[in-house]
Amino acid sequence: MRDIAADKITDGVRQACIEACRDLPDDVLDALKRSLEIEDSPATFCSAGTSCPRRTRGRDVLEQLIENARIAREEQMPICQDTGIVLVFVEIGQDAHVIGGDLTEAINEGVRQGYNEGYLRRSVVRHPLDRVNTGDNTPAVVYTEIVPGDHLKITVCPKGGGCENMSAAKMLTPAHGREGVNRFVVETVREAGPNPCPPVIVGVGLGGTLEKAALLSKKAILRKVGEPSPNPVDAELERELLEAVNETGVGPAGYGGRVTALAVHVESYPCHIASLPVAVTLQCHAARHRTFSI
Amino acid sequence: MIRLKTPLTTEDVESLRAGDSVLLSGVVYTARDAAHARLARLLEEGRPLPIDIKGQVIYYVGPTPARPGQVIGSAGPTTAGRMDSYTPALLEAGLKGMIGKGLRSQEVRDAIVKHKAVYFAATGGAAALLAKCIVACEVAAYPDLGCEAIHRLEVRNLPLVVINDCAGGDFYRRV
Repeated sequence: MRDIAADKITDGVRQACIEACRDLPDDVLDALKRSLEIEDSPATFCSAGTSCPRRTRGRDVLEQLIENARIAREEQMPICQDTGIVLVFVEIGQDAHVIGGDLTEAINEGVRQGYNEGYLRRSVVRHPLDRVNTGDNTPAVVYTEIVPGDHLKITVCPKGGGCENMSAAKMLTPAHGREGVNRFVVETVREAGPNPCPPVIVGVGLGGTLEKAALLSKKAILRKVGEPSPNPVDAELERELLEAVNETGVGPAGYGGRVTALAVHVESYPCHIASLPVAVTLQCHAARHRTFSI
Repeated sequence: MIRLKTPLTTEDVESLRAGDSVLLSGVVYTARDAAHARLARLLEEGRPLPIDIKGQVIYYVGPTPARPGQVIGSAGPTTAGRMDSYTPALLEAGLKGMIGKGLRSQEVRDAIVKHKAVYFAATGGAAALLAKCIVACEVAAYPDLGCEAIHRLEVRNLPLVVINDCAGGDFYRRV
C-alpha cells in the first residue's frame, strides 16, 4: 500500500482547473491552425461587393478563436466565460491508499479553491429544478476506476453547457448497424447547428449500455485531437464520420463552411446481443482538460 | 463593415441585412436565463422593468469574475435559444437588439420582423477577445444573481454578425 495525502489531490485539482480554463491545449490550437488551410466558407465582402478570396466568414471565426487563445494564455484569462461544470476522472491504483481526508471532498475542495483563485465562473446549481447556485462550482462530477498499481491518475475536464446541451444518446438496435450509427452522429451535429460553437470535437461512445455509451463519449473527447483510435474498426469509423460531419456545411460558428468538426473520436465497448447504444458528446473548441498523477 | 452605436433606432435596424458584419459601440445590457425569467414576470404583471429597454440591446452573457484591475472577465455569448420563450414580450416592450449565438425559434424570428429588431451573433468561445471590447461594466439590476445579474456594459467596436434581420432574413438558414 502506498499512502497518498488528500491535500495533494486538492492541490492538483485546484491547479488543473485554473490551467485548463486559461490554456488551450496545443493539440487543439494546432488543429485550429490546420483547419484554416481547408476552410472554404463563403467569402466576406470587403467593400462594395468585392469579395476577398482569403477572407471568409469561416476563416474569420477560426482566426478569432486562435487570437482568443493567445489573449487568454498571455493575459491569464479564461478562454471561454463558461468555465463549466467540472468532470473528474480518477484512476485509483488498487494499492494506493488516500489518507487525511475523503477522496471526493478533496476533489471538491480543489474545485472550490481553483474557481475562487482563478476568477472562474461558478456555473453549478444545487438542484436542477430550484436552480440555486452553489456559489463555488461544486460539486464536481466524479468518476472513479480501480486500476492496477499504487498511483492516482486524475483528469480534470471543465465542461461547458452550450455544447453539452446539444449532446445526445440513443438506443439503436443491431439492425440499424453502422449506417444507423453514422446517421445518428451526423444528424446530432447537423441539428445542433451553430449552438455548440463549432468547430467541435465529436466524442462518440458506442456499445455497452445507455450510461456506458455516454461515459465512453466523454472519454472520447479527452483524447488528443485527431489521434486515431488504436482499434482499427473505430479508427475507420472516425475517418468516415469526420468526412460526413464536415459535409453538413454547418461550418465555423454555423456560418457555413467545411470545418464543422476538428475531429471525431470513437470509443467502443462490447454490448448485449439485442442492443446498439450510441452516445454523442459535443465538445466546443474550448476542449479544456488537464491530467496529473500522484 | 458597418459601425453602429446604441441605442438603436428603427432606421438603424432597417438598414441591416442577415450576414452583415457590424462593429457595435455604446451601452448594452447583459441578461441570461434567470434575469429573463424575472423581466418576463414583471411584463406579465404589467409592472415596470428595472432598466429601460426601449431601443436597447441585450447581450446574452454571464461573464467570469473580473480580476483586480480588470473591467470584466471573459465575456462571450451564450446560447440565445434558451431566452426564446421570454423574448417576444421584451421586443414588444421596445427592445431593439440581441447578441448571442445559435438558433432562434420561429416565434422570435416573427417578433423580430413585427417589432423591427435585430439578432446579432458574436463568436461563441471568443470570450477573452470579446472582453477586450468592453470598456466599462456595472451592475444595473438583480445583484443577487451573481454572474447572471443584469450588467450595464459599455462596448467599443464589438464584432458581430447579423443573423436575423427585420425583413425576415436568417443568416444561419441561408448558408
